[in-house]
Amino acid sequence: MTAQSLRIALVGNPNCGKTALFNRLTGSRQKVANYAGVTVERKEGRFAAPSGRHIQVLDLPGAYSLAATSPDEAVTRDVCLGRFEGEARPDLLVCVVDATNLRLHLRFVLELQRLGLPMVLALNMCDAAERRGIRIDVAKLQAGLGLPVVQTVAVRRGGAEALVKQLDGQLPPLPAPLPEGSDLHAEVSRLLSAAVSVPERTARIDDAIDRVVLHPVFGLALLAVLMFTIFQAVFSWAAPLMDSIDAGAAWLGAAAGEAMPEGLLKSLLVDGIIAGLGGVIIFLPQILILFLFILLLEESGYLPRAAFLLDRMMVGAGLTGRSFIPLLSSFACAIPGIMAARTIQDPRDRLATILVAPLMTCSARLPVYALLIAAFIPQQDVGIFNLQGLVLFALYAAGILSALVVAYVMKWTRRDHSEHSLLLELPSYRLPNPADIAIGLWERAGIFLKRVGTIILALTILLWFLSTFPAPPPGATGAAIDYSLAGTIGKWMQPLFDPIGFNWQICIALIPGLAAREVAVGALATVYALSATGEDPSGSLIPIIADQWTLATALSLLAWYVYAPQCLATLATIRREGGGWRTVGIAAGYLFGLAYLASLVTYQVTLALTGG
Amino acid sequence: MTLSELPRNTPAVVVGVQDVSAGDPIAVRLRELGFVAGEPVRVTAHGPAGREPLLVQIGYTRFALRRAEAARVSVKLAEARA
Repeated sequence: MTAQSLRIALVGNPNCGKTALFNRLTGSRQKVANYAGVTVERKEGRFAAPSGRHIQVLDLPGAYSLAATSPDEAVTRDVCLGRFEGEARPDLLVCVVDATNLRLHLRFVLELQRLGLPMVLALNMCDAAERRGIRIDVAKLQAGLGLPVVQTVAVRRGGAEALVKQLDGQLPPLPAPLPEGSDLHAEVSRLLSAAVSVPERTARIDDAIDRVVLHPVFGLALLAVLMFTIFQAVFSWAAPLMDSIDAGAAWLGAAAGEAMPEGLLKSLLVDGIIAGLGGVIIFLPQILILFLFILLLEESGYLPRAAFLLDRMMVGAGLTGRSFIPLLSSFACAIPGIMAARTIQDPRDRLATILVAPLMTCSARLPVYALLIAAFIPQQDVGIFNLQGLVLFALYAAGILSALVVAYVMKWTRRDHSEHSLLLELPSYRLPNPADIAIGLWERAGIFLKRVGTIILALTILLWFLSTFPAPPPGATGAAIDYSLAGTIGKWMQPLFDPIGFNWQICIALIPGLAAREVAVGALATVYALSATGEDPSGSLIPIIADQWTLATALSLLAWYVYAPQCLATLATIRREGGGWRTVGIAAGYLFGLAYLASLVTYQVTLALTGG
Repeated sequence: MTLSELPRNTPAVVVGVQDVSAGDPIAVRLRELGFVAGEPVRVTAHGPAGREPLLVQIGYTRFALRRAEAARVSVKLAEARA
């Protein structure tokens, strides 16, 4: 280590405000990735202290103890011990504790003192402690612990100044660990009685809110209203933004079309790239609105309450209340959802959660739903609700019900019936901090746009290529795509999908959908733009499919996408998280089977009812 | 009596946590979370179905525990003290 640089790690209990402090220190200079070999999220950032010293910050996953009981806690333990391969041991640990919850958090600090690393204690959320009348004698605490103690308010501008100043100075000396076998709880009690005075054990406001939120009737009703509101908002708030993106893409396509000479390059740009990517980027507003709600619920402390309310029900279905958070995240994307399952200690609960997570309707499926609903479901009001919103809600509900049934079946095929544990902390309620929410949304938007710019762009171009070559023979009368490679593949696949009502255009779109579901829409746009024989090849997709598909086909495709297993990234994540190809095989197999079955039933029943 | 039998909003004090098997990880974790002799404890709410899980106040923290977990914690009623 040079005097000019320092590697620090933030470590602390869950809910200590560690990530908010991390955001306060590093702002938007963050990198989010995974730890090598495990899908535990690794957040790293950097900042420069006033002296010019570069400080690299690692935000370690929250842990209650070094005796790890989950993959998350194992990462924290191994990094702190310097045992994590490919991860340098930090020069200094910043132990973050919630000043209103010292009884629990200081025990972990005493445990960390045994590691033999220089440490600083960040007394976070000092503002909340002050409001509750908690008085902390910092000098006494510092003397008692033998560590520098600084006060921080992560959510306030300048709230980490004392910490930065401390980090900018000399490294503190190694803390003296307590003798092996000493009673850490007794030590915490001694420290608290010497340095801290607490008028009340709980915040009155928390108790008051919990009386309503955790109420057997009102609590569940509130949860249902919240979920319903989120799904309605995703559909209605996003509409104006989506319209403007759509208009923008159309304008860009037209402008590029006019500026360029007729030919292959123009076709690639207008029919391939602009039509394909435009069809995907349009869903950014919906994804961001969904994540906005998830982040708000998470930051406010509501999510664990929802887990509390649903635990008994989810246990009945072979899951756990803790599954709620991973499953809710899966509505945005199954990958962070499956990753969030790492907070479930019980390996059986974890596996069950991972296997059903793909049944939660991820935002990548939203483009497909949105397209089909807009094309086939009339825009009309049913009571106070909108019919399109109701259909969307039904699709989400179908996924959830299927997940419960699948988890239930898994529970009964399992031989091990020993106890499952819950042990879930319900943190204090907090007003979400706009800056933290903004950083969270920024990260999500970045991840989505990166996918659009890389994998989706590459597939769009590949698909354009497949749909363009070989060119139709001279004198051909049909659309060009009929003669292309894509047309051949689609027609070759069609017999398998004929019973469920998919035409060859859909079959083609299913292929790139394997890499990312939302590509299916871009693929349809590309396929239809290229197969249109009229004058306006970049015409909007909605009227085309509304004209060419039957209602039965549309509903069948919707049913397919409730289960659709075709997301290679999810399967890869399951392999890493669930341990092995067998789990992947089970997941892919059962999802494909259910998708086919659901589509078959939907198609045949609709056909019978509509007299087709 | 055990924490799982403790009526709602009745102040009590932890006596100890029993391992149900050798090195019971749930018991170890409970102790780490602050379920140690002498700590005041209280059940403040129940889940909506089957009175499970229990919402337990220990130290300054609230935890949701299932009945089987709470049954590991033995408690005694707090003496009438402010």
